Amino acid sequence: MSAISDAPARRPSPLRVFTGPRMRKFMRHRLAMLGLIMIVGLTLTCFFGPYLLPYDELYIDLRARFSPPLTENHILGTDPLGRDIAARLFSAGQISLTVGFTAMVLSTLIGTVIGLVAGYFGGWTRTGLMRIVDAFLSFPSIFLMLTLAAFLQPSPTMITLIIAVTSWMEVARIVEAEVRGQASRDFTAAARMIGAPHWWIMLREILPNVTGPIIVAATLTVARAILLEAYISFLGYGIQPPLPSWGNMLNNAQQYLESAPWLAIVPGVAITMAVTSFNFIGDGLRDALDARSVK
Amino acid sequence: MSTLIEAVDLKQHYPVRQGLLGRQTAAVKAVDGVNLRIHRGEVLGLVGESGSGKSTLGRNLMMMERPTSGAVLYEGSDLAGRSHKALHPYRRKMQMVFQDPFSSLNPRMTVEDSLTMPLRFHQPELSAAQRRDAAAETLERVGLPRSMITRYPHEFSGGQRQRIGIARGLIVRPEFMVADEPVSALDVSVQAQVLNLFSEIRESLGLTLLFVTHDLAVVGHIADRVAVMYLGQIMEIAPTRALFTAPKHPYTETLLSAAPQPTVGARGARIPMKGEPPSPLSPPSGCVFRTRCSHATPECDAAHPELRSRAPGHLSACIRDDISLVPAVSDRPTSPRRKQSA
Repeated sequence: MSAISDAPARRPSPLRVFTGPRMRKFMRHRLAMLGLIMIVGLTLTCFFGPYLLPYDELYIDLRARFSPPLTENHILGTDPLGRDIAARLFSAGQISLTVGFTAMVLSTLIGTVIGLVAGYFGGWTRTGLMRIVDAFLSFPSIFLMLTLAAFLQPSPTMITLIIAVTSWMEVARIVEAEVRGQASRDFTAAARMIGAPHWWIMLREILPNVTGPIIVAATLTVARAILLEAYISFLGYGIQPPLPSWGNMLNNAQQYLESAPWLAIVPGVAITMAVTSFNFIGDGLRDALDARSVK
Repeated sequence: MSTLIEAVDLKQHYPVRQGLLGRQTAAVKAVDGVNLRIHRGEVLGLVGESGSGKSTLGRNLMMMERPTSGAVLYEGSDLAGRSHKALHPYRRKMQMVFQDPFSSLNPRMTVEDSLTMPLRFHQPELSAAQRRDAAAETLERVGLPRSMITRYPHEFSGGQRQRIGIARGLIVRPEFMVADEPVSALDVSVQAQVLNLFSEIRESLGLTLLFVTHDLAVVGHIADRVAVMYLGQIMEIAPTRALFTAPKHPYTETLLSAAPQPTVGARGARIPMKGEPPSPLSPPSGCVFRTRCSHATPECDAAHPELRSRAPGHLSACIRDDISLVPAVSDRPTSPRRKQSA
């Protein structure tokens, strides 16, 4: 009983998260750190790079059409209209990353709320909500997205909403399973015995205990959202020209694959970098946050 | 002594559903027609083997699970039919301490958050500072220093966590507390400390306690009266001393004889228990204990023994008045220890 002395209590510092065992574990995960560095680099380049370039993404220089990379001021070359690819890539990256992030936030929000309610209340509520999840999952999401995109006005906002609406189910399933485990623990029963309202138990007692899996799922959702945006734009239903996105840059490149391969390679590499980085980070977080792997 | 809380023909049946349409094919009778009175200020021990329904009965009294039928009267008013809202004022009067100190505290909350949580809903007029003071005070009452209020559950040992669990129950100043196997998960040395804490708070706060346990030694230490449960029914209720010295039900006798004796070489008559406890899905007809009872007669097949008064304050649910049962503790002074020859 006397193992813990009456020493002055230490308030956990807000920086504790950076020194905890989980953070250290994440930092030791080499691929995850690489992914994190790449994503930070990619984001900074996309948002600040355009200020360093002499051209903007819409400036047409017909004398410099099809310049290969590293000619004159065009580091990454130019496209069939003579627009600077670097400028287009960065501005496309702003759109693609923003769409990816926003779609992740929305779908995580939807998924978390549905999973929380289904897992906490159980019974018929759970059955009903989870059958809706199953119904959404049973649609081939690409076709569902294309159909939606064909009927709705394609704008970045609309694309984000479409991606969010078709990718919240994974999060909902994960959260539901985690919450069901937490809801059967005694501290939840204790809170109910006290007479705490349901919303309080869900948000204050249970949610803080399931943040780990949510963060992991959210990270992987960003990767998927970027990929989905690229799909739709590549197929011509997404971000419309002249607004650039990584997907529609690939679309423009396909006719010139032989004569000007850099048109496809540059946005292709950007997509690959973004997606693999988020997947690496997701893996690292999974290893670090998984309750079974700590201690 | 006035009755604080009373169970009247309380039943908790869990439906067993089978098949595609989920038709109810049977019911697990976890609590099957229990009548029980708990007097104000007493400690009632509730013992029984695993699956006897003792924890379920405790949860029913707390309205943590709504009973299938029957009533729970708290100072005469029925709780079983009340809505979530209408139960709220009673939540403050009845609190619970859980068995597993590792699952009963939220790992993401500091002791302060866990302890002040009940006050948020029952005394919303208190300021944050007042809540904090109340939490620190209650922490001292259960024998932990105030300064530990900012710590997280993982920084404490099992016994300390159980103290925090008790503090959380006490902070709203309840009249009645159900302790559901509160010491079963603890080391024996820590068990004694936590039991003493229970005796202490019960004295100083005038708490009424239902102490659910499977450990007869624990019950002997803390309880004023003991109720013995088997297959969802109460077999015997008696003052603690009477139960140990003069059991009136064969099940109690068997239970007492199975408990290990602290004296080396001392070995009372072991009354062997036949077989496994029957499934609560299909309890035996007649007396539920007859299939394992060494005193069973053909009459037991048809009998539905009710709790009957056999001595002052001593109730037993057995039809046989003629049998004499072996007590756990005899009133004679213990005989000198026999030399054991190997």
